[in-house]
Amino acid sequence: MKVNGKDHGPVLPMTVKGLVSSMGFREDRVAVELNGKIVSRARYADTALKDDDSVEIVGFVGGG
Amino acid sequence: MPFPEKKELEEALRARLTTGIHEKIKTARVGIAGLGGLGSNIAAMLVRTGVANLTVADFDTVDLSNVNRQNYYLSQIGSPKTDAAEELLLKINPYLTIDKHYVRLDPSNIPAIFDGCDIVCEAFDVPSEKAMLINTILERCPGIKVVSGSGMAGYGRSNEIRTERLFADLYICGDGIDMEDTEGGLMAPRVNICAGHMANAVISLLINGDV
Repeated sequence: MKVNGKDHGPVLPMTVKGLVSSMGFREDRVAVELNGKIVSRARYADTALKDDDSVEIVGFVGGG
Repeated sequence: MPFPEKKELEEALRARLTTGIHEKIKTARVGIAGLGGLGSNIAAMLVRTGVANLTVADFDTVDLSNVNRQNYYLSQIGSPKTDAAEELLLKINPYLTIDKHYVRLDPSNIPAIFDGCDIVCEAFDVPSEKAMLINTILERCPGIKVVSGSGMAGYGRSNEIRTERLFADLYICGDGIDMEDTEGGLMAPRVNICAGHMANAVISLLINGDV
């Protein structure tokens, strides 16, 4: 599985929710794209990740 | 001096740009969510460049503490930011169409408010609100691109603010460092650098579909 362009290694099975949390992100401050498509926040807990998946996670910071 | 006629103003804008570019900018509709340090400055830059259709939303009023970095003046304190921004933007282009929403944005109103926009700028300050807006648009408004600001507090380190395409329809400008982890707080120059990145990304997306 690739996460943010880098090989994430064999950490399966895992959901999007688990990945977000394992990377130290707060779920209410991120957006997640799985294989080029946005993942609905309501689906993080039941979206299982596969070995050939490519995930992009962006965490937002304060100020504006 | 009276305002120039619409045609005269358009000619002046067109004369400054390479052939064909003005049309692409003029016919687009750009949304700006949040009219604080980022949004108020992005709006002014876009209108100067020739963007003629804006949809703006903010629930706040101009406060004395905003004038250090936001594009407002002391005479506007107490006015809704949507009204204050409109007042200034119409001084740059009186023929601008501005669809303004003095409202707190949430998943229930975002799709309708930004319907018809080609691009929406995320210009909030609270991280969870930024994430809410971006997720709502990317999930529910297919075809709209989002340009987001994330990390612009402090001073110096000008070249650490950058523009990146992170998702198919999501572009992020900033240094990725939280305001709380930055010395100096929010200051006009760096907020404007980030706003400049965002406005530049919008213009570039309108002209050639990429940043």
